[in-house]
Formats: sequence, structure tokens, C-alpha cells
Amino acid sequence: MSTVFDERAIPGVPPRPPILGEGQTPTTLTNQISEMPLSPPLKTPKWWLAGFSVAFGLLTMFLFIVTYLFMTGIGVWGNNVPVGWGWDIVCFVWWIGIGHAGTLISAILLLVRQQWRTSINRFAEAMTLFAVSCAGMYPILHLGRPWVFYWLMPYPNTLGMWPQFRSPLIWDVFAVSTYATISAVFWYVGLVPDLATLRDKAKNKVARVIYAMGALGWRNSARHWSNYEWAYLLLAGLSTPLVLSVHSVVSFDFSVGIIPGWHTTIFPPYFVAGAVFSGFAMVLTLAIPLRVVLKFEDFITLRHLENMAKVMLVTGWIVAYGYGAEIFMAWYSGNEYEMYMVNNRFHGPYAFQYWSLILCNIIIPQAMWLRSVRRSPFWLFIISIIVNVGMWLERFVIIVISLHRDFLPSSWDMYSGTKFDVGTFVGTIGLFLTLMFLFIRFVPVVNMFEMRTLTPQATAKEKAE
Amino acid sequence: MAQVFHRSMNILSRLSIAAIGLLVAGGLSGVMALDYSGFNQRKGVVLEQPVPFSHKHHVQDVGIDCRYCHTSVERSAQAGIPPTQTCMNCHKQIWSDSPMLAPVRESFRTGEPLNWSKVHDLPDFAYFNHSIHVAKGVGCFSCHGRVDQMPLVRSAHPLQMQWCLDCHRNPEPNLRPKDQITSMTWRSEDQSKLGAELAKIHKVRGSAFLTSCSTCHR
Repeated sequence: MSTVFDERAIPGVPPRPPILGEGQTPTTLTNQISEMPLSPPLKTPKWWLAGFSVAFGLLTMFLFIVTYLFMTGIGVWGNNVPVGWGWDIVCFVWWIGIGHAGTLISAILLLVRQQWRTSINRFAEAMTLFAVSCAGMYPILHLGRPWVFYWLMPYPNTLGMWPQFRSPLIWDVFAVSTYATISAVFWYVGLVPDLATLRDKAKNKVARVIYAMGALGWRNSARHWSNYEWAYLLLAGLSTPLVLSVHSVVSFDFSVGIIPGWHTTIFPPYFVAGAVFSGFAMVLTLAIPLRVVLKFEDFITLRHLENMAKVMLVTGWIVAYGYGAEIFMAWYSGNEYEMYMVNNRFHGPYAFQYWSLILCNIIIPQAMWLRSVRRSPFWLFIISIIVNVGMWLERFVIIVISLHRDFLPSSWDMYSGTKFDVGTFVGTIGLFLTLMFLFIRFVPVVNMFEMRTLTPQATAKEKAE
Repeated sequence: MAQVFHRSMNILSRLSIAAIGLLVAGGLSGVMALDYSGFNQRKGVVLEQPVPFSHKHHVQDVGIDCRYCHTSVERSAQAGIPPTQTCMNCHKQIWSDSPMLAPVRESFRTGEPLNWSKVHDLPDFAYFNHSIHVAKGVGCFSCHGRVDQMPLVRSAHPLQMQWCLDCHRNPEPNLRPKDQITSMTWRSEDQSKLGAELAKIHKVRGSAFLTSCSTCHR
């Protein structure tokens, strides 16, 4: 383990505050983390039942809305001409962005040996997976004829047609499906040794067999660990470019188009930074309540929260630079359509959304310069929610404000989401939370075997060697 | 601690991975084979008709030209199903008592048209016009096959988009002189040379135009 990420091993780096709470040993830690998945069905905590019921209720509502949507057509949404992309694409980009923190934490922080990632990577990766599932819904729901979604894939067919490879929308299909596949494999591979632990600890026979199947015959042998380390490292290497590529490709959906406000080269880096920004906000939104209800304060410590707040500060400023660059380029280009677009954002009918976005994404997060805010779960939770809202507004501003003022003034129109837009969005939140609650109930939320290497016992043993 | 599974499960689990792969590949290949077979488009299926009309008899044995019955094929999108009166032109005189033709006589007497089943039924989102194909020198045979050999008519081709596009991308192999449009037996000696010449003479548009989405989906 320690060969892959061990910040203690780097010479010249001053010792950092501990990543684990005081007094944790491999045994206490394993027992505490595996308690939830191994607790018998009748001893399921009340908060879990309550939360899952709400989430599942929302998911059921989603089912009804989607059924109605399929029967009626996407006219039930607010999409119109010229605003052909509305809440559906806004929410697609929002969910995809949220996924990015998981990949960043699991891949890049692993490669740069940030040990604090250990206690948050498992659920951040799960979050990625579930967010991508939610995101993947939208383009398919948006198709209008979702039952022929497989036409998006290139395969020999009796239509005699290929997808349009020159369109960024088809690049998007590849980017998102690759991302979902790699994320799922990465998440599962990281889970195998922990599933073996659950198999060995489970008292219930059914649970034991199920976890044994999931553990794929893991016996903790040195050979297994050696293969595992290589596989995990290779997957981390594969995932790293995805952190940058996926949202770059999503940004091409816009920047390849010639719409003012879309057609800019700043989009790929600005989208990637925005994705990481919103992703870390979502990790905080989930981690802060989770560490309280699961009593994981020893694993997800204030140091973790503070580190995440710092990542948000940095990416938040990259996003702010993106906003600035858009305004500057509109002025510097001297292009009347670009200037009109910026003016329209400032003073147009959607100015409220634009200025709310600036408030949520740039102004309020500056509170995180204060160490006391960075170490306050309460304030971080509030800020993370605000950033989530802000990042949603960002996509709304980009998509709707640019589209609703077409080049041809005769086709100008206003856009607003209908109750079905809202319902679809809330429904995907229901899907996300349902998956998240199932994950919390049946899988160790924190990576047990990597956490064990962070205990004083593990360190002492290494020193002795 | 005892193992949950016996060691023989190792080979089973590996086999099951291969089996899942084979099942997925096999299932997808099956679906594709079904799609390519033209089964969904009812290729080669004989539909039930009010009268067992034989194209073979009327075209090959009797020698009636297609356009005697399908009168509007050169001028309209539809080739046209003949009215009962067209049948009766001959069947007033011959086979006038045949029990097989009773529905025809009934239709003629009451004025109620015969309710033929459509064999070549394109989906409504595809626009098709017979007259332009005839005008550019595409013969009946190219799409309908040897109708003169079909006692009961059936579709010779599945009318899939790929099949349409094969010709729209390269129409020359299917072009023929205009006086041979309805011939079932005409064959060119050198189609590659003739096709190119006819494309020029008939002013057939290039494949960029012919394969534009809105040429067929309007």
C-alpha cells in the first residue's frame, strides 16, 4: 500500500496533522465502518429508512413523469424555438460536472499521493457513478424518440447510416459512456478487498454468500495484493485524462456551435474547473451530513473538509477567470453579437439569474478564505449548497441566455421550465439519492483496507521494518 | 475460516464470464441477423387479397404492360391501384362466370372498390415518388423484382433504408433506357458504360443531393 501513496515517505516535507482521529486502530476502524453494511435488516437505522423512503418516493415520481413524457413527447417541457435546450441539457451538464470530483479524488489525488483522499474516495466515486447515471438520462429523454437511443452508437445497420462523427454531440456519447464504464470498473476494483472483509465478518449466511460473490475469490494473498496494486494504478492512469477530457468534450457541445456566448476557446478549461468546483461542493454536501449520522468524524476529519474547501477556492477562481474572459473577449473582439450577449446577460430579462450566479459562484465562496469557515461543517455545508445552485445557474445562463436571443430577432422568445422540467430534475435527484442510500446501506462507505494503513500501528510496523 | 465457495467454483465463475460475453454477443448478432433478414419488413410474404390476382399470368402469359393497370406511375407519387372497371374491361368477356372473380363482379355492381392489401408499404416518414424514379430511368424491376414470375405478388426487397441508399449513393447500375422501364427481361450488355451515359441523358442528380436527409424525409 505504502509504495503507492505515502506522504510520510516524501523527504523534506514537514509532518502534517493526522488524517485519522485519535485512538483508532485497524480493528476499531474496520468494526466501525463495516457496522452499517453488516447490520441485520431489522436493525436498519431510522434515519436511513426515512431518507430512503423520501428518495424512493421521488424516484417513483420520476417514473411517472418519464412515462408521461414518453407518451406525450418533450413538448411537456418548456423547450421551444429558439431555446431548444432547456432544463434537460442544463441538468445534464450539472450532473456530469458533479461526477468530476469523484474521478479527481480517486485518480489524480492518488497519483499525487494525497493520503487524505482515502477516507472520501469510495463515496466520491460512488457519487460519480450515480451522477453520471442521472446525467446519462437527460440526453436520452431529450431525444424525443428515446427507444432508438442506440442509433447514437456506430454499428453496422440496415439504415445504411453512421452517426455524424463531425458533431460534438456524438463525441459526447463516447466521452460519457467511456467515463461511466471506467468509473464503474475503478469503483468496483477498489471495493474488492473490502467486500472480502465483509464476507469474512458477516454472520448472516445470505450476506456472506452475496459478499463472497462480490469479492471474486479474494484471499488476501501477497500475489492478490500485488496484482491489485497494479490494476488500481493502471485504472487511475486511465481515469486521469478522463477528468480533463469528459467535460472538455461536453463543453464542445457548445463551443463548436456558432452561438454568441458559446463559441469561445476558454470553454474546455473553464468547464473542467467548473465541474471540479461543483463536484467538490457536492462531495461536501454529502460528506457533512454523512459523517454525523454514521459517526465518521474520526475518518472524515476537519482536515478533509478544509482541504476540499481549498480545492473549491482554487477551482472557483478558475471559473471566475472564465467569466471574466468571456466578458473581456466580447469587448476585445468588437463583435456586436458577442457584446450584445454580454449586455443581455447584465441587463436582459435573465439578469437576475446571471447576478445570482455571480453571487453564488464567486462572491459567497470567498468566505472560505477564513480558516474558521473552512473548518466549520455548518458553514461549509451552506456554501456547498450555494455553489451547487450557482453551478446550475451557470449552465442555465450559458444555455438559455445565449439561445433566447437568436441572430434573427423575429425568432426571439422567452424560456421557462414547466412543472415537468422541475419534476424531471427532482426525479433524477431522487434516483441519485436512492442509489446513494442503497450504497450507504450495503457497501462500506469508507475504504477500510486503505484506512488501516493510516493507523499508528501500520506506521509503527513500517518504521520497524 | 472456511471458504464460502468450493474451489470448483473458480472454473465455473470464469466460465460464466465467458458465457455472459457469448450471450451478449450472440443476442446482439441474433437481433442484427433478424434486422438484416427483412423479416420485420415482411419481405417475401404473400398477403391475403380479396382475389388471388396473378401478376405472372397477366404479365407473362397475357403480356399486359404494367401501365395498363398502374396508370399513374409516370405522373404521380403513387403508381395507382386500378379501379374494378379496369378489370372488367376484359373480364366482362372472359372468365365472366368464374367463381374466383365473384368479388370483382360484386364490386363492379355495387361500386364498392376491392380492398387490396398493400404489399410495398413504406413507413409514413419516408417520402417516395414513383414518377421521378421512372423519369430518371429506374425500371419497375429494380425495386419490385420479377413480378412476371410471381403468381401472388410479394416484396422482392425489404425496402430498408440501406437498400434505398445503396442506389441513391450510386444509381448508375439501376438505370435503363426509358423505353425499357416496364420490361422484366431487359438486360444491358455493358451496364457500367450505359449507366454513366444514361445518368447524363436523364440528368440524374449527384449522390450529395440524392442522399440529403430531406430528399426522402420531408
